[in-house]
Amino acid sequence: MKPEESATTGADLLVKALIDEEVEVVFGYPGGAVLPIYDSLFKQNRLRHILVRHEQAAVHAAEGYARSTGKVGVVLVTSGPGATNAVTGLTDALMDSVPIVCLTGQVPTHLIGNDAFQEADTTGITRPCTKHNYLVKAVEDLARTVHEAFYVARSGRPGPVVIDLPKDVLMNKHDYVAPKKPVQHKSYRPQVKPDPKKVEQAIELIAGAKRPIFYAGGGIVNAGPKASKLLTQFVRLTGYPITNTLMGLGTFPASDKQFLGMLGMHGTYEANLAMYHCDVMINIGARFDDRITGKLAEFSPKSKKIHVDIDPSSINKNVRVDLPIVGDAGLVLEEFVRLWKAKQPRTDQKALKAWWAEIDKWRARNCLAYKQDKETIKPQYALERLYHHIKDKDHFITTEVGQHQMWAAQFLKFEQPNRWMTSGGLGTMGYGFPAAMGVQIAHPDSLVIDVAGEASIMMNIQELSTVAQYRLPVKIFILNNQYMGMVRQWQELLHGGRYSESYMESLPDFVKLAEAFGAVGMRVHEPAKLDETIKQMIAIKKPVIVDVLVDKAENCFPMIPSGAAHYDMLLGPDDHAAKPVSEEGMVLV
Amino acid sequence: MQTATSSHTISVLVDNEPGILARVVGLFSGRGYNIESLTVAETDAKANLSRITIVTTGTPMVIEQIKAQLDRLVPVHTVRDLTVEGPHIERELALVKVKGTGDKRVEALRLADVFRAKVIDAKMDSFVFEVTGNSDKVETFIGLMETLGLVDVGRTGIVAMSRGGEAL
Repeated sequence: MKPEESATTGADLLVKALIDEEVEVVFGYPGGAVLPIYDSLFKQNRLRHILVRHEQAAVHAAEGYARSTGKVGVVLVTSGPGATNAVTGLTDALMDSVPIVCLTGQVPTHLIGNDAFQEADTTGITRPCTKHNYLVKAVEDLARTVHEAFYVARSGRPGPVVIDLPKDVLMNKHDYVAPKKPVQHKSYRPQVKPDPKKVEQAIELIAGAKRPIFYAGGGIVNAGPKASKLLTQFVRLTGYPITNTLMGLGTFPASDKQFLGMLGMHGTYEANLAMYHCDVMINIGARFDDRITGKLAEFSPKSKKIHVDIDPSSINKNVRVDLPIVGDAGLVLEEFVRLWKAKQPRTDQKALKAWWAEIDKWRARNCLAYKQDKETIKPQYALERLYHHIKDKDHFITTEVGQHQMWAAQFLKFEQPNRWMTSGGLGTMGYGFPAAMGVQIAHPDSLVIDVAGEASIMMNIQELSTVAQYRLPVKIFILNNQYMGMVRQWQELLHGGRYSESYMESLPDFVKLAEAFGAVGMRVHEPAKLDETIKQMIAIKKPVIVDVLVDKAENCFPMIPSGAAHYDMLLGPDDHAAKPVSEEGMVLV
Repeated sequence: MQTATSSHTISVLVDNEPGILARVVGLFSGRGYNIESLTVAETDAKANLSRITIVTTGTPMVIEQIKAQLDRLVPVHTVRDLTVEGPHIERELALVKVKGTGDKRVEALRLADVFRAKVIDAKMDSFVFEVTGNSDKVETFIGLMETLGLVDVGRTGIVAMSRGGEAL
């Protein structure tokens, strides 16, 4: 046998490498530069390819897949526009630390730099929006690069990795290189085990707290389901209150009495005031994002802060902390639980009782209250009813971005991690629907619901074709107020009610739209008929769009106006007149 | 909040691969950090390593961020802040072209001697000097040449190393 016959093409090597990395699904869209890969996919049946209708949706679908399973999501797109269309998804995955490997086609190596057809400087364009990227210039490097990319994507703080693959590299032949386990990367070795001395100090600080609060984020989701169990165990051992970030919802059971709800700009009154007044803050896997801190100068001024993060660059970035612990949230929590049990520290029961009494007073304000009447459905009511009907079913929620997203975070309760997929850092409208497809692919028998707004859903509406093709029974639950609601809310609060370009003209008939794609469409505007509609939606084993016509003027409260401190919350529609937003706050996003 | 800024010299050991400089420079521009000087060249051909020396300014919090962000880049092996890690030496090389005749030419040559600058090109009406030293010395020399017919300057930017026997 001649050597070139025993060797394999780059495209075949790639597919083999993906299989060795335990990839089951690839979300992609073909094109000239990746034809060899599509040919290799055609000749095998280990990898399933899901054909999306836009490359951005491929990345979001892979994100949904990754966040709901803990595995690396894989994307395959062509050169030029294929790669540039993926950029929003990649940036989204970078901001929210989602492990993605994105394979992009590239023109053949001898044409790179010639402005060839469908050529783009993909590694140049994606450098700032990926954790790392590679241009594979020789087929010898291909398999090794793929293995390295998976290692980088899933290790440390996870993130998206791009591998740019020139067409000639895909067609040249070479022998396969299997992945080395365990991986010993020459330069990238993130610290996962915490410094034991710092863990001891943390336990001491936590045990001595009089007004403590746990503040837990998406890092715990990324550390795996065990980390959430350990967090729950540790928080219950201490008896302290806990709040979650948007990305951290589900890491602690929402039904637990110790849970104060989400914190931040649209977080609960009790969570934000507890953050402001606490004396010890235990941040695990969150990054002091500006939606959380509000006005930095007045962020939790009286507290000692412990910050557990796997990424050293998150520490002291926005907020100076007293005790940083670099490490994997799961491993740190394991140590916390072990030490706490060993030491059985005596906490200050009297002070804690007073602290809880204060928290209960804040809770009694009932900051999420709204007034439902018989005429129009309030968006909050729609979500409360939705939750009522799904809570005992195996379900996953994704969202788009805007008011509906914040209401979903407030009114849907998450008892487990990996059940809540939302675009937190980048705030990408159009994320939720493709993400829901990815979740549904990973969990074919579960109930997957995209809570959407009528504006966001239009941004990736073409994916109705994908759900039709693969018969994905994704439910799209649109809270339709005919406005870009969050834009309208800010215009009302900050720009004198001049609703510049935020009204959604010429919306489609969502019921007919659903039918055009072979899905089921429903519309409801009477509060009395809402329950029945939701029940029907759940019962239909097909993709469904529910167009819920909600109150057009409803605003999302509580709200910390931009540039304001945690104690400066607007609690309802009657609250904003007294507190005009500062000029400093106006320039903030 | 600490707001006083200070200058730091940071040494970074990286894989010598395409795009690494773009990664480092992109990090600085993307996050709004300053680069006062940056030098880069391969330093270990066998291990395929390059050394980047960056002089930057910022508040202590920003400097800490810069180091953490650099360290987070996948092809980065080591990040060292020479300014805080003890005594170190910094050197720069400049090529300085001076054009002139008569007294000015003689004075330029005399000053070059004082600064231990080497003449590496000479024409009847011009010199190119090579001067090395810390930035202060290099700047002083260039300043003096301004009155004596300075026409062109090229500077390498700072390379730096810690004192004593320890490697990066």
